[in-house]
Amino acid sequence: MTSIPRPVAMLLIALVVLLALFPSCGGLVFPAKHAFLMQKLAGIMILAMMAMSLDLLVGVTGLVSLGHAAFFGLGGYALAILSPEYEAANIWIVLPAALAIVAAAALLVGFLSIRTSGIYFIMVTLAFGQMGYYLFNDSRAAGGSDGLSIMETPAIEIAGRTLLKLADSDSFYYLVLALFVGTYALLRMVLNSPFGQVVRAIGVNENRVRGLGFDPVRYKLAAFTLGCTLAGLAGFLAAAQYGFVNPTMLSWHHSGEALMMVILGGMGTLFGPAIGAFVFELARFGFESTTDHWQLLMGGLVVTIVLVLPRGLAGLLLDLARRGGKQP
Amino acid sequence: MSVWFILIQVLNGIQYGLLLFLVASGLTLIFGLMGIINLAHGSFYMLGAYLAYWLTGATGSFALAIVLAIPLAAVVGLVLEAGLLRTLYRRSHLDQVLLTYGLILIFNEGQRLLWGGDVHSVAIPELLTGSVRLTETLSYPVYRLWVSLVCLALAGAMYLVIQRTRFGMLIRAGACDRDMVAALGIDVKLLFAAVFAAGTVLAAVSGAIAAPLSSVGPGMGDTVLILCFVVVVIGGVGNIKGTFFGALLIGLADTFGKVLIPDLASFMVYAVMAAVLLWKPRGLFA
Amino acid sequence: MTTMPLVPVEAAPPCDSRACVLETRGLTKSFGGLVAVNAVSLRFLERQTHAIIGPNGAGKSTLVNLLTAHLPPSGGRILCRNTDITGLPAHRMTGLGIGRSYQKTNLFPSFTCFENCRLAAQTRLPTSMRFFRPAARYREINRHAEAALDLCGLSARRDRVAGTMSYGEQRQLEIGMVLASGPEILVLDEPLAGMGREESERMVALLRGLAPHFTIILIEHDMDAVFSLAEVLTVMVNGTLLETGPVEQVRASVAVRDAYLGDGAEAY
Repeated sequence: MTSIPRPVAMLLIALVVLLALFPSCGGLVFPAKHAFLMQKLAGIMILAMMAMSLDLLVGVTGLVSLGHAAFFGLGGYALAILSPEYEAANIWIVLPAALAIVAAAALLVGFLSIRTSGIYFIMVTLAFGQMGYYLFNDSRAAGGSDGLSIMETPAIEIAGRTLLKLADSDSFYYLVLALFVGTYALLRMVLNSPFGQVVRAIGVNENRVRGLGFDPVRYKLAAFTLGCTLAGLAGFLAAAQYGFVNPTMLSWHHSGEALMMVILGGMGTLFGPAIGAFVFELARFGFESTTDHWQLLMGGLVVTIVLVLPRGLAGLLLDLARRGGKQP
Repeated sequence: MSVWFILIQVLNGIQYGLLLFLVASGLTLIFGLMGIINLAHGSFYMLGAYLAYWLTGATGSFALAIVLAIPLAAVVGLVLEAGLLRTLYRRSHLDQVLLTYGLILIFNEGQRLLWGGDVHSVAIPELLTGSVRLTETLSYPVYRLWVSLVCLALAGAMYLVIQRTRFGMLIRAGACDRDMVAALGIDVKLLFAAVFAAGTVLAAVSGAIAAPLSSVGPGMGDTVLILCFVVVVIGGVGNIKGTFFGALLIGLADTFGKVLIPDLASFMVYAVMAAVLLWKPRGLFA
Repeated sequence: MTTMPLVPVEAAPPCDSRACVLETRGLTKSFGGLVAVNAVSLRFLERQTHAIIGPNGAGKSTLVNLLTAHLPPSGGRILCRNTDITGLPAHRMTGLGIGRSYQKTNLFPSFTCFENCRLAAQTRLPTSMRFFRPAARYREINRHAEAALDLCGLSARRDRVAGTMSYGEQRQLEIGMVLASGPEILVLDEPLAGMGREESERMVALLRGLAPHFTIILIEHDMDAVFSLAEVLTVMVNGTLLETGPVEQVRASVAVRDAYLGDGAEAY
C-alpha cells in the first residue's frame, strides 16, 4: 500500500485524538448535548468500521457488494439471540460466537456469489442480503419486523470480576473507539501482507493475477469473509449500543448507505471510508434537523458526489497533500 | 389440499411471474443494450401504481388512468435517460449503482411529497370485478385472469417487436455487441432513449395493473426490484427468454412458498436462486 | 480447415540430447467453426530458445494461450516433463515453472515496479494466504523481486509507479514479472511488439542474456530478433505447422520461403 502522506496522517491522528478527548472535554464545548453527541459519535464510529470493512471488498478487491448490511445485522442478531434473558452476557463467549456465525454465513454466501462477477455479483449480493432481511423479518422466533430487545448489555469479565459494563456510556465509547482504531490497524496490516498484495492486485486486474499463478477465487472468498466478519463486529456493537435489533439493520438501504460512505470518503484508501461515514452521518443529521424530506437532499448529495467527486474526499485530501508537498 | 386449490396457486404464481417478467424484461434489456444497472427500475413500478391510484381518482376511470399513465411514464424515462443516465454509459457499475441508488431516494421522497406516506388501494374496475367459480367453495377472480392476459399480450407484442422489426433487430444486435450498433451508423442515442423509455413504460404499466391487486404504498418498488434481480440472475443478463422462464419460476416459487411455508416464504425465492447459482452461475439459459 | 501439415507432426528431430520440458500432442483449438490451432505437435527442450513465427491469424497467440492454460484446448494434450497437464487451471502453470508475458502490456499500473515484481515473486510461497507479517518483511521474496528488477534492467526505476513509465520500460517490467516468479519456461508473446528501434535492441539484449538459463518460447514478428535469438524455428500458417526445425534449416526451406519468408519477409 502506498503510504499515506505525512500531512494526511497528521490530520487523521488529530481527529482520533479529538475523538479520544471527547468524553472528558466535549462537555465544555457542548454542555447541553454532550451525552447525546457521545452516543452519536460512538454510533458513527461503528458505521465507520462497517464502511472500512466494505472498503476491503469494494475499494480493494473490486467486489461491489450490495449485501453488506446483512452481515452487520447478523452480528447484531447473534448478540440478541445469544444473550441470556436476565443477566449480562459474557462478552468472551458471545463475541467470538457471534463472529463465528457471521463468518460462516459470509463463507457460504461468498462461496455462491463469487462464482459470478461484475453485475451479477452486485445483484446476487443484493438478493442474498434481502434473504437475510426476510429471514429475520418473517421469523416469529426472531421477533419479526419488531426485532428483539437485549435486556442486559454484555459485560467484560475476567476471572469472575466485571471489568467493563458496556451499558456504561463512557466505557462503551472507549471500547468502540479502541475497536474502531483496531479495525483500521488490522485492515492496514492485512493490506500490507502478502495476502493484501494479492487482493489489491485482484481489484486492478483479476485475470493477470490468475496468470501470475494465484487462484483469485480463494483470495476473493477470504477477503469477502474477512470484510463481512468485521461488519458483523460493527453490528454486534450497534446492537449492544441500542439494546435492540430489528430487520432494518440488514436492509439493502443500509448496504447502500455503507456503499455511499465508501464512495464519499474515497474507496480503496481505508481511512477515506471512515471519513465518509462521519461526513455522511453528519450530513444526514443536518438534513434531518432542517427538513422532513431529508431523503431528497441525501439523494441529491449522492448523485452530486458520483458526478463531481469520483475519487471521494480522500482523493481530494491526497491531492492537496501532494500539491502541498511539492511546493517547499 | 385439493387439485383446485393447487390450480389456483399455480394461476396466482403464473400471474405474479408474468408481472415480474414485464418489469424484469425492461431491466435486462436496458442492461443488455446499454450496460447500465438501474436500481431505480423498481421505482418505475411504484410510479405506475401511484399514477394508477392518482389518475383513477382524478378521472374516475381505471382504463383512462392506464392510458394516461403510459405517456407520463415515458416522459419520466426520457427525461431521466437524457438528464442523468446518459452520463453513466461509460462509467463503472459502481457509479451506476450509486447514482441510481440516489435516484431511488429522490423517487421515494418525491412520492412522499406528492402522495404522502399512507397506503392506498385502487378499486378493481367494475367490468372485471367478478370471479370464476371453480368448486362450491373456491373461485378465481376475473381481474387476476385479466392481468395475466394483458401481461401475456404485452410479452407477445414484445416478442414480435424484438424478433420482427428493425428496432428489435438493433436491440438484439446491441445486446450481443454494444459497439457494433454504433458502427452500423445508427443514432445510438435515439435507440438507447427509446429502449429506456420502453422499459420505464413496461415497469409502470405492470405497477398500474397490479395496483388493484395489492396496496399502493411506500417502498413497493423495492420488493419488485429485488425479485427482478433474482429473475435476471436466474435467466441470464440480457436474455429475454431466460427472463421469461426465470420470472415464471420465481412467481411460482414465491406463491407456493407463501402457501406452504409461510414462516420462510420470502426465503424460497432466494433458495431457488442459490440453487441456480450452484448449478449454472451465468444463468439457466446462458 | 483442409490444409494438412506439410511436415509430419511427429517429425521434431531427436537431434538434441536435452530433456523435453514441454510438449504438445495434436493440440487443437476451434472457436465455433474456425480452427485456430490445428493438431499442433511440438517439443520444447530444456534451455532452448524456440521461436514461433507466422503471419497474423496463424494461431500463434492461441497456441500461447493454450500452452499457458489461458484457453482450454478442444483436442490434443499438453505435457510438462512427461506429465499430462491438459486442462489444469491457469493459476497452476506458475507452479509448474511456466511463466508468460502478454502481447498487450498487462501489469498493475497503480503498483510500483518493485511491487509488481514482488507480487509475482510471491508465487514462490506455498500460499499467499498470509495476513500478518508485512510483505516487505519476506526477505527471500523481496530478494527475488530485486533480482528480477535487476535482470530486466529496471533497478533504477524500483519505486516508480508502473503506469507512469514509458512503454518500453513497461515491456521490460513485464519480463521482470515473469522472471520474478522463478520459472524455467518463459512463454513470451511478442515481447517486441510496438517498440522503437532502440527499445527493441535493449529487449533483444535482455532476452539474449536470459537464453542460456531458460527454455524460451518466443512468439515474434521481428525477424532480425528471431534469427538472432532462436535455435529452433517453427512456422505456423492457418493454425497448422508449416515447418519446424533448426533455424538455418527452416530458413532454407523452400516451402517456408514460398509461403511466408519470401519477398515479404522484410515486412515482418
